[in-house]
Amino acid sequence: MISSALPTTNSLLLPFILLAPLVAMLMIIFLPKDESKTIKIVAAIGTLISLVLSLYAFFAYDRVLGGMQFTLTIPWIPDLGVNLAFGVDGISLPMLLLTNIIGFSSIYASWNMEKRVKEFFALLLILITGVMGTFIARDLFIFFLFYEIVVIPIYIMVIIWGSTKRVSKEYAGMKLTIYLLIGSAFLLVGMIALYLAAAKNGQPTFMFDQLAQRQDLYSPAFQKVAFGLMLFGFGSLISMFPFHSWSPDGYAGAPTAVSMIHAGVLKKIGGYGLIRLGIFVLPLGARYWAPIIAFLAICNVLYAAFIALAQKDLKYVVGYSSVSHMGYVLIALAALNPTAMTGAIAMMFAHGVMSALIFSMIGFIYEKTHTRNIPDLGGLAHQMPRLAIGLMLAGMASLGLPSTINFISEFTIFMGTIHVYPVLAMLGIFGIIFTAVYILRMIANVLFGPRRPEWDHLVDIRGPELVPLVICVFVIFITGIFPNILLGMINSGVYSSGLAKVLETVSQVKMGGLF
Amino acid sequence: MVDFNIATVLTPEIAMAALALILLAIGLLIPPGARKGMMPLTAFSLLGVLGYTLFDFFHGTKALFLDGLYLHDQFAVYFKVLFLAAALLVVLSSGGYVQKLAEHRGEFYSLIMTATLGMMIMAGAGELITMYIGLELMTISFYILVAYLSDDARSSEAGIKYLVLGATSSAILLYGISLVYGLTGSTQYTEIASGLGANLSPASFLATVFLLAGLGFKISLVPFHLWAPDIYEGAPTPVTAFLAIASKAAAFAVLIRVYLLMMNSQAFSGTGQTLLVVLAALTMILGNLIAIPQTNIKRLLAYSSIAQAGYLMVGIIAESVAGVKGVLFYAMIYVFANMGAFAVATHVSEKQGSDQIKDFAGLARRSPLAAVVMTASLLSLAGIPPLAGFVGKFYLFSAVMDSGYTAIAYIGFVMSMVSVYYYLSVVKVMFLGEGEGLPDIPVHGAVKFTMVFTMLITLAIGIYPTPLAQMAAAAAQSLIK
Repeated sequence: MISSALPTTNSLLLPFILLAPLVAMLMIIFLPKDESKTIKIVAAIGTLISLVLSLYAFFAYDRVLGGMQFTLTIPWIPDLGVNLAFGVDGISLPMLLLTNIIGFSSIYASWNMEKRVKEFFALLLILITGVMGTFIARDLFIFFLFYEIVVIPIYIMVIIWGSTKRVSKEYAGMKLTIYLLIGSAFLLVGMIALYLAAAKNGQPTFMFDQLAQRQDLYSPAFQKVAFGLMLFGFGSLISMFPFHSWSPDGYAGAPTAVSMIHAGVLKKIGGYGLIRLGIFVLPLGARYWAPIIAFLAICNVLYAAFIALAQKDLKYVVGYSSVSHMGYVLIALAALNPTAMTGAIAMMFAHGVMSALIFSMIGFIYEKTHTRNIPDLGGLAHQMPRLAIGLMLAGMASLGLPSTINFISEFTIFMGTIHVYPVLAMLGIFGIIFTAVYILRMIANVLFGPRRPEWDHLVDIRGPELVPLVICVFVIFITGIFPNILLGMINSGVYSSGLAKVLETVSQVKMGGLF
Repeated sequence: MVDFNIATVLTPEIAMAALALILLAIGLLIPPGARKGMMPLTAFSLLGVLGYTLFDFFHGTKALFLDGLYLHDQFAVYFKVLFLAAALLVVLSSGGYVQKLAEHRGEFYSLIMTATLGMMIMAGAGELITMYIGLELMTISFYILVAYLSDDARSSEAGIKYLVLGATSSAILLYGISLVYGLTGSTQYTEIASGLGANLSPASFLATVFLLAGLGFKISLVPFHLWAPDIYEGAPTPVTAFLAIASKAAAFAVLIRVYLLMMNSQAFSGTGQTLLVVLAALTMILGNLIAIPQTNIKRLLAYSSIAQAGYLMVGIIAESVAGVKGVLFYAMIYVFANMGAFAVATHVSEKQGSDQIKDFAGLARRSPLAAVVMTASLLSLAGIPPLAGFVGKFYLFSAVMDSGYTAIAYIGFVMSMVSVYYYLSVVKVMFLGEGEGLPDIPVHGAVKFTMVFTMLITLAIGIYPTPLAQMAAAAAQSLIK
C-alpha cells in the first residue's frame, strides 16, 4: 500500500513509539553514573512519550474500518522474505497500550532504586522496547527477533537486582531464562517448518497475513505438529501447566519492575502468539489441540490456586495467582469462538494492569519493611493507608469484583466457554472462590489487624511512588465502568482481522479431536 | 577460457608470501627497541591485501587455471576475505600481548602471514595435492605459533601435542588421498567425482572416510576433537583465536569442495550423509555439554567452538546452495563474534595473568566496554537476536530442514539454547559483583578498536543481514552450478 511511497506520518507513529525508549536508553548510556536523578527522569520521559503516542494510536484507530492500521512495510531480508513490517489492529493495540502503561509505571515503581542505576534503567528500557516490538510486528521473523531480545536483559536484571528468598536469585534467573529459551527452540523449529511449508509456492514470506492466507499449503497433519510446537513454546511463556514452574520462582527472584513487566505483558506474548500465529495460521491444529489446552488450562486455574493458598511469601502468592489466571486466558483460547476470544484478550489486558499494580505495591512493602513473609507483616493499613488502598484495589481486581475490567473479562470468558466446555468452565468458575480465599487472606493478614509498633517508622508511599497506583487503578476502573473503551476495540479486532471468520470456518470442520 | 593474467589472479597470495618474507627480514634487521612498529605495519599490509581481495570479490575476473589445479571463483575469494579479516583482527588485538614476548616478535607476525597464505591456498585449491600443500603450510605455521611462549611449559606442551596429533591426522589425510588417487587416477575434484562413479566399493568408502577424518581433525569434529581444548588452553591467546576461527574456516572451505564436488556421487551420498548427520549431532551435543563445567575461559571457548563446528556441519549436510550459503554466512559472523570474545579474553588475561573465568568478576564496572563486547559476542555465538548469530543459525537450519533433516534442526536449536547456560555463566560473573578492590582494566588503541568494531559488525549484521547474505549467496552459487 505504502511500501514504495514516502512513509506518511501515520506509518511513522509505531516506529516512534518503539524508538522513544531506545533513544532514552542511548542517552542514559552517555550520562555519568552518579546522576541517578537525571537517569530516572530521562527513562520516565522516554516511556512517557511512548505512552502518549500509543494512547493517541488507541483513540485515533478507526474501529469501523478495522484491520491493520498505522502500517509500515520495508523489505528487510529479501532472500528470506522478511519485511520490517509494523502495524496494529484491535488485538495488538490493547497489548501495545498495556505495555506502555506498565512500562511507564515500572519506571516509577523503581524510583527508589539506588544500586547501579544506570545499568538498571538502560536494561529496563531495552526490555520495554523488546516487548513493544513483538506486539507491533506484522512479520513472524521480526516478532521472534523482538521476543528473544527481552530474554537476556531479564536475566541480567534478576541476578543483579533480584532478591534471594526461597531460591537464590541466580537460580531463579537461570531457570526463567532456560525455560523460555528451550520453549523458543521448539518454537523456532515450528516457525521454520511453517516458513518452509508456506514457501512451497516459490515466494517465501514471514508476514502473518500472507502465512494465514496460504491455508491450502498446510496439510492437517502438518498443522497438528506445527501447532503442537507453537503450543509448547508459547505455552511455556504463558506458564501453561505443566510448564509453569519458572513463573513463581522467577517473579519472586526478580526486581519489582521486572516482575511487573514479566507478569504484566511479557507472559501475554504467549497468548498473543497463540492467537496471531496459532489460531490465525494453523486453525486446524488449534482445533486438534483445543481439548488438551482446555484441560491443562483448568489444571492451571485450580492447581496454581491451591498452591497459592499455601504460600507465605507475598510474591509467591501473586506468582501462583498469575499462573492461575492464565488458565482463564488459555481456556478461552481453546473455546475457539469470538466471544471467548474477546474475553481472552480483555483478560490479558486486565490481568496485566492488575498484576503490575499488585507487584508494584508488594515491591514497596518489601522496600520499606524488608520482608515479604506474610506472618511477619500485619496492620500495615495503619501506617501506610495509601499503599493499603492500592493493594486492596489490586486484590479486588484480581478476584474479579464488578466495576473492574477483570470482572468484565472473566464474565465474557465464561460466556464464551460455558457452552463449549460446560464441565471445565464450571470448574474454572469454582477457581474464583479459591482466588477470593487467598487474596482476601493475604490482604487481611498484611494490611489489617492490630497496629504493630515495629512498623510505626514506615512512611507511606508518596510523590513519584504514587504514579503506578494512580495509573493502574484509573485504568482498571475506567475500563471496568466503561468497558466499551476496551471491548469495542477488541471486538473490532476480532471481527475485522478475520479471526471471527477463521473461527467460524474451523468450527464447521469435522475432525476427531483428542477426546 | 577467459583471457587473464595469472599474476593479477594470484595477487593476494603473492602479496602475502612477499609480506611474510619482508616482515621476517624487518624483524631481523631493525633494532629490538623499534620493534613496536611491527604490529601497525602488519595490520596495514593486511588491510591493503584485504581491500584488494574485497574489490576482487565484486569485480575481479573469475577463472580456473592450470587445468583446474587452482580455482579463482567467488567462493575462494569469499574465504580469502574471511581469512584476511580474521588475521587482521588477530593482529590488531595482539599488539600488547606480543609486546610482552621477549624476542622473536617479528617472526610472530610473519608466521601469521604464512598461516593465512596456507589457508588461502586451501580455499583456492582445485585438487587434493595443492590443498594438502596449503594445509601443511598453515599447520606447520601453527605448530610454531602454538609453542610460541618458549618459557611457558603449557605452551610447549600444547605445541608438542599439536605437532604429534596434527602429523597423525595429516598422515590419515594423505593415506586417504593416495587411496583416492589409486582408485580414480586423478587428484582433481571434478575428475575424482566422475571416477568414483555410482559404485561404493569398500576401498572408496575407506578413502572418503579417511579424508573426512583428516579434515574433521582440523574442524574439531567429534570424535576428532580431543586435541582442541588442551591446545587452545596452552597456546598464546591470539594464536588460539586464530586457530579457532581461521583454521577451522579453512578446513570448512576444503570440506565443502571435497564433499559437494567430489563425494557427491549417488553411492556415497546415502552412507556419507548418515555419517555426517550423526557426527554433526554428536559434535553439537558433546561440545555444548562439556562446555558447561569449564572454569577456564579459553577451554570454554574451545568447547564452544567445537559446538559451532557442529552447527556449520549442518549446512554441509543440507547439500544445497542454501546450505553452503548458510555455512559461508555463519563462518563470517563467527569470525567477528569469536574475535570479539577472544579480544576481551586476551586483554583481560594479559592484565590479570590468568585465564580463569572467575578473574572476569566485576568486569562490568572495571571495564564496561570489555564486558559489553564479551556479552554481545557470546550471545551472538549462542544465536540470540538481534545479534548476527541468530540470522546465521536461521540460514543454516532452515536450509537443512528444507532438505528434509528435521531431527538435526531440533538438536541444533535445543543445544544452542543449552549453550546459553554456559555463556550466561560468564555474563553472570562479569555483571553480578562489582569486583570491589580489583583494579580497573582500561582498554585503549587497537584493542579498543577491535572490540568496538567486532561488536558493531555483529550487531549490524544481526539487524540488517542483507549485504552479507548477498555476498554469501553469490559465493555459494559460484561453487554449485
